[in-house]
Amino acid sequence: MFDTDKWQEIFYSLKQNKLRSFLTAFGVFWGIFMLIVMLGSGNGLQNGVTQGFGDFATNSVFIWTQRTTVEYKGFPKGRFFNYDNADIIAIQKNIKNIRYLAPRLRAGGRGGGDNVVRGLNSGAFQISGDFPDMNLIDPVNIDAGRFINDIDIEQKRKVVVIGTRVKESLFEPDEEPIGQYIRIQGVYFKVVGIFSSKKSGERADGDNQAIFMPFTTLQKTYNYGDVVGVFAITAYDNVSVSSVEEETIKLLKQRHLIAPEDDQAIGHFNVEKEFKQMKGVFMGIDGLIWLVGIGTLLAGVIGVSNIMLVIVKERTKEIGIQRAIGATPMKIMSQIITESVFLTAFAGYIGLVFGVGIIELVNFALLKSGTDSNMFRNPEVDFQVAVTALIILVISGAIAGFIPAKRAVSIKPIDALRSE
Amino acid sequence: MIEIKGLHKSYVTGNNKLHVLKGLDLVIEQGELVSVMGSSGSGKSTLLNVLGILDSYDVGSYKLNDTIMSNLTEKKAAYFRNNMIGFVFQSFNLISFKNAMENVALPLYYQGVGRKKRNKIALDYLDKMGIKDWAEHMPNELSGGQKQRVAIARAMISNPKVILADEPTGALDSATSLEVMDLFREINKSGITIIIVTHEKDISEKTNRIIHLTDGIIESDIILKN
Repeated sequence: MFDTDKWQEIFYSLKQNKLRSFLTAFGVFWGIFMLIVMLGSGNGLQNGVTQGFGDFATNSVFIWTQRTTVEYKGFPKGRFFNYDNADIIAIQKNIKNIRYLAPRLRAGGRGGGDNVVRGLNSGAFQISGDFPDMNLIDPVNIDAGRFINDIDIEQKRKVVVIGTRVKESLFEPDEEPIGQYIRIQGVYFKVVGIFSSKKSGERADGDNQAIFMPFTTLQKTYNYGDVVGVFAITAYDNVSVSSVEEETIKLLKQRHLIAPEDDQAIGHFNVEKEFKQMKGVFMGIDGLIWLVGIGTLLAGVIGVSNIMLVIVKERTKEIGIQRAIGATPMKIMSQIITESVFLTAFAGYIGLVFGVGIIELVNFALLKSGTDSNMFRNPEVDFQVAVTALIILVISGAIAGFIPAKRAVSIKPIDALRSE
Repeated sequence: MIEIKGLHKSYVTGNNKLHVLKGLDLVIEQGELVSVMGSSGSGKSTLLNVLGILDSYDVGSYKLNDTIMSNLTEKKAAYFRNNMIGFVFQSFNLISFKNAMENVALPLYYQGVGRKKRNKIALDYLDKMGIKDWAEHMPNELSGGQKQRVAIARAMISNPKVILADEPTGALDSATSLEVMDLFREINKSGITIIIVTHEKDISEKTNRIIHLTDGIIESDIILKN
């Protein structure tokens, strides 16, 4: 129900000293504005960095070989070694909790001379032999055709899936690459799919310049025997990949006669660990933002409380009159608290609107300029946070009003009446 | 109607204790028009504040309409002030941001009466006071006499049993004072008890009973034949 008298009084008392009301409101406005802008920027930073990872399965680990650094069982240190197909079976057999196991072998790369040719076009691209599961560990968007499948692996088909940048440099824009052949290090392969990276920035660029072929095809075609380059492993969702990583490395060390204490011999990269670390950083940033934001907001709210105290003091006599003619303490308190909540919520709401406006503006500008930054992307404030902020505002407004309200009714009516 | 027995009241300020009311016994019947006189410091205002439940008392008893007024919660006190008592002050005590009509309607607002209805009732009362034309005016646009009429209308709107007036003519010139007193007499005829605190003899002579306070005790209690 809309209580005209209540609002008449609120507006009257706020209008009594417009500058004061404005400055008080500004404190709250600034608090919520800063909170929203900082939260939005924090989200932008987080979006920028996490989208750099694309849909990368974060509970994954990559394991490759390096040189041994410890003499062991008659082998000298500094030995090179390779994983092989038998390792694949051994890992599958012995290590539990592996969801996807995708061995990978790479041939050639972007660093060397042009290794891929089609007609008069050529380029230097990363060639990698993969299993279908690779697309579940480090997924890409399949824009046309398909990814490597199990039959490709089984029959060692000479087929490839190429990145968009590969397509651009080998094919004319109006050409249909699917079904066409390209020559990779002297051997012809049929293009069966085109993919693009889900990541952003440099990572995406790297991805898009790659060519995938069946793992078995690459081993056979380029005389790698049964060598395996890298194991990509994803653990089940409820299992930490770190334990899987440890077990796998232990098994590989046994199989390749590497000293158990030789940590240098096996290279590995734990995405989960990296991701957790990054998440930790963002949680820290988030925490800091809330701390500073709430602090600023608190300062604004304390300002409101102060002003309400002054208003109550100024209006002591009026409150005395109201009580003399029958206003209950509840009525007086509700009046003051409503005023405080109104001031806080109104100023806060404007701060919220301005904050979201600025965030949206920045977002718009970023989209418009088309910068694909690895650091900052899509700043946003979720609706939930905005609603939370508003609720915090209303509650803090009520708290800010409570002390002055209590003060207003703690004075005896007769003393209030006598005050000038 | 009003029954006071052995009423004591003292104020403590720092180490000093000021004994203001020193054992008052007083009975005021329904429909009386009483004036309380006394020099400043005699305790007449304190008595009025106790009667109006604006202030507490220390010893004795105070019955209003057969209900003992002691240890009331502030909510209860507000209820009694709202329903049984009407106040008229020397300085009018109108709410500055409300117009005459809204000021009069205020007690009904605290009773939860709807805005339209209470403003209509308020207009009736302003009409009775002869200032209906000024209903939309703010207090600072009214003369002293008009303000006091608004205040009296406000005191009457909730149909109180008793109207307490603290120096109601103190800020008015003598002609207006007499008008206001005539108004009180008029209201009194409808059966509402009126107690007026004053130090002006000609004002008290307009009432039907004069109680003289000196140093916190009743010095004399005279019934006039008006």
